[in-house]
Amino acid sequence: MDVTQDTAVQPFPGEVHQSPGGGIVTSKLDDVINWARSNSLWPLVFGTSCCAIEMMSAASAKYDFSRFGFEVTRATPRQADVIIISGTIVNKMAPVLKRLYDQMADPKYVIAMGACATSGGPFFYNTYSVVKGADHIIPVDVYVAGCPPRPEALLHALITLQDKIKAGATREQIRKESRLVTPK
Amino acid sequence: MTTEELKIELLALNPALTFEEGGEWLNMNVAADDWLPFAEALRYTDSTYFDYLFCLTCVDWKTHLTMVYHLTSTRYRHNIVVKVKLDRTAPAIESVCRIWKTAEFHEREVFELFGVNFLNHPDLRKLILPDDWEGYPLRKDYEDPINLIKQ
Repeated sequence: MDVTQDTAVQPFPGEVHQSPGGGIVTSKLDDVINWARSNSLWPLVFGTSCCAIEMMSAASAKYDFSRFGFEVTRATPRQADVIIISGTIVNKMAPVLKRLYDQMADPKYVIAMGACATSGGPFFYNTYSVVKGADHIIPVDVYVAGCPPRPEALLHALITLQDKIKAGATREQIRKESRLVTPK
Repeated sequence: MTTEELKIELLALNPALTFEEGGEWLNMNVAADDWLPFAEALRYTDSTYFDYLFCLTCVDWKTHLTMVYHLTSTRYRHNIVVKVKLDRTAPAIESVCRIWKTAEFHEREVFELFGVNFLNHPDLRKLILPDDWEGYPLRKDYEDPINLIKQ
């Protein structure tokens, strides 16, 4: 799948047919649903270390990810659409993360933010307690590099996730696309 | 009080002290058997008055373990570091949580990560690790083939 920034500026999927006194839009229901979903992704309030500080920065006035439809962070997994894994996942946290993900309603998406969530990062070697990548626990849709990534990098990841949804990929296709590491 | 004056005060409390040069604070070594009476003296002597234990940790030197106590006085604003050498096979030392309450959790943490047995501790259980955890993960010879990737 070729993800480009152009798809992000498409206002609405479909064609407008002008007619006297107005116009008619023809579209596909799937496209409209994907358009709606991608523009209303509510993140879960979840942060395990310093990446969470950058995520809060991305949420606050200067970067303001609600401009892109990440309107409100939800404090319960039952109302959240996307979980941003912002920080280190330790072995003791892993079952908690799995349980939160299981409680989220479909369609649900996962962003691994930063080196720890992607691979264990600085804790890859010589550590007894850290999970070497959150994708050992739950499937990840978008990975963000950085330690921690700047808010711009997180915004790019969020827009990339929107592009993937708008491009019409199903949940399973998105999951397959982003699988850098094969879970054991 | 200057460092030299503090040294004289401390030697009066325990003549067997040995001081280490260098470092930001005054470092000293004390024998494990002398630690509890020395700690009580540090805390309750008016001229030293170390009422705040701000760091309690342990170091694994492979040949032995060293307990490290960082103390400060909120009255005099002087700091010291006390080191106690412990045997690595059966490390044991008197608990100081009756003197400084904060030591209770710190000693539990050192207990689970280094395996130091704190004598007369009121509640010596694991603090953060799961109850069925085996081994002491911060010891240099700790092995965990599943979770630990060595480099």
